[in-house]
Amino acid sequence: MATQEALSEDVVRDSAWGGGVRPFATGSKKLGMWLFIMSDAITFAALLMAYSYVRVASADWPAPFEFYPALVKATVMTVILLSSSLTMVMAVRAAKLERRHAAVKWLLATIAGGLLFVIIHATEWAGLIGEGVRLFHNPWGAPLFGAAFFTLTGLHMTHVFCGACYLGVVAGLIVRGKLSSEDVEVAGLYWHFVDLVWMFIFPMVYILSTRLG
Amino acid sequence: MTSYEAQVGTVPSHTHVAGTARIFLVVWFWLLALTGVEVFLGYEHLALRVMLVLLMGLSIVKGALIVAYFMHLRYERASMAATLMPALLVVILLMNMILPDSLRLLHMRPH
Repeated sequence: MATQEALSEDVVRDSAWGGGVRPFATGSKKLGMWLFIMSDAITFAALLMAYSYVRVASADWPAPFEFYPALVKATVMTVILLSSSLTMVMAVRAAKLERRHAAVKWLLATIAGGLLFVIIHATEWAGLIGEGVRLFHNPWGAPLFGAAFFTLTGLHMTHVFCGACYLGVVAGLIVRGKLSSEDVEVAGLYWHFVDLVWMFIFPMVYILSTRLG
Repeated sequence: MTSYEAQVGTVPSHTHVAGTARIFLVVWFWLLALTGVEVFLGYEHLALRVMLVLLMGLSIVKGALIVAYFMHLRYERASMAATLMPALLVVILLMNMILPDSLRLLHMRPH
């Protein structure tokens, strides 16, 4: 009897329905982050659609982004975010190679990149607000420019800032040896997603505005 | 090999799990280069539709590079990508249906 139970336990455990099996061989934390990323991607896709819709529907969409300083700033921000993705991937690599202190250093570099992005973006916001752009009014044209621009970039900036806080917590816990390399990798997935969204915001908001006026 | 390993596959080599720094630097370089191309295109006198297709195409390529190499999806189980991506694609296509309505609005406005 005991042998039979043990045997059937093995059979159950070895089957996919036995429990303790990682979905898609990735681990539930990673899959959970991927599912969150997909849902967040849909949110940003919806905002980008709304932005595109309002822009096409307006005959007088403002084009306040001249080459200097606006487009130069936006390009610098893009380079900073891409470089922070590189430092993030280096942090994950260091964590997987069990080099904890190197991983923390790369994480701190990533956080610095993210915060620098937020600061530069905030100066751009301040400039636009100083010129009179509000959510439903601006001195140049289509009244919804402000709402579309500030919502889209504001949500993205919030993601970057929250990501920086998240990475800060991860860095702190890694130093104390409380997290694994999988946790760093999962944080990395979020950070790369934030960068990915910017890859679409940058051309649609900034580069396409060079076409007007 | 335990039955668990037989199911989920053996642990890959250390190098693969960690990823080489070289691949990441190459991808990063291409991401910067494609960004430069996008900025350059912004100041070229192309038809709007051509510009849109080129910019969106470049963004998709950049996104694919980030997802495949930085987010490691290229080395994960193909079934995961096959489960995650179509949902996003379908939602984007469905939302796309409303875009032609913006042209209707544009033509309706008094200007």
